Amino acid sequence: METTKKSRNTTTVLILLLCVALLAVAPLFLKKGAEFGGSDDAGSVMVEEVTGEAYTPWFTPILESILGGEIPGEVESLIFCLQTGIGVGIIAFFMGRFVERKKQEEMRR
Amino acid sequence: MSKNQKKTVALCTILALSFGITPIANAMHIMEGYLPVGSCITWGALCIPFLAAGFFSIRNKLRENRRALTILAMSGAFIFVISSLKIPSVTGSCSHMTGTGLGAILFSPSAVSILGIIVLLFQAILLAHGGLTTLGANTFSMAIAGPFLSYAVYHLCLRLKVNRKVSIFLAAMLGDVFTYCVTSLQLAMAYPSESGGVAASAVKFLGVFAPTQLPLAVIEGLLTVIIIIGLETYAMPELRSIGFIKEKEVY
Repeated sequence: METTKKSRNTTTVLILLLCVALLAVAPLFLKKGAEFGGSDDAGSVMVEEVTGEAYTPWFTPILESILGGEIPGEVESLIFCLQTGIGVGIIAFFMGRFVERKKQEEMRR
Repeated sequence: MSKNQKKTVALCTILALSFGITPIANAMHIMEGYLPVGSCITWGALCIPFLAAGFFSIRNKLRENRRALTILAMSGAFIFVISSLKIPSVTGSCSHMTGTGLGAILFSPSAVSILGIIVLLFQAILLAHGGLTTLGANTFSMAIAGPFLSYAVYHLCLRLKVNRKVSIFLAAMLGDVFTYCVTSLQLAMAYPSESGGVAASAVKFLGVFAPTQLPLAVIEGLLTVIIIIGLETYAMPELRSIGFIKEKEVY
């Protein structure tokens, strides 16, 4: 009973992961040559479109005003990676502990 | 029509829709300096009661039992990971998800407001993504409105005896979508269109956000289900101790 439930869960997780991967990658093939931007500039374009005039933000991000310009793209992706890394690290650390604990419990039984 | 024909028609419809939408790139949070001072303050003030409730809710939960800390840390980490991944969408632009559904389901929506604001601060200060002046508005949409909807959807589904995994999926997905609806509304209130006022402007912003975000919301729903399956398999004592799974239920 226990083992069948486990393998069913494994199958579900694998199928779900496959769906996630497909959903994330499919747009690259569906829309070849699209820019896939996601920058803040695009948001301002939208605001301009609605209001009909250019808008000057009244406050610039503090890091940008310290640096005196935009954060370099590579550095930005570094910080994004850092963010992902912190998150994955925490999840993996606790998940690892849980998995090991369960194994120990089963061995004791 | 046979099954295959139906599939073909459905596929064509999806393709037609995706071509009909003009690709406009997209930023998740409201940019720094893009809201008038008044609404920055209003949104910020609106967040304060939720943040206070969240702070106390977390403190009480941890005082009750320290074990909850692991799951809380994982929910926060989940938001960190999920909101750092920019994923391409069918409209030809990238956006990222919120990841707040998990914490809202496991703990309380107000607890998530604290977790969410940490992530928003990280991105506002280090990444110039979102902003300090718009922090209030962004916190309200991502860390308050979204999680509260997730929580409501999840508990409504449970009451209607919907399958547990389906409920989790729906809660996380709709919470993500709702975050964008609120963001659109916030932008619309700051930039009402000349002809139609706030409503017309909201529809316009939403028209840009929604098609990009929908597939990502589905991804977020699936990922939330995956992590809960993982927790149910390996961290049953913790889930019981935070009251996510009642003592009597056997899985």
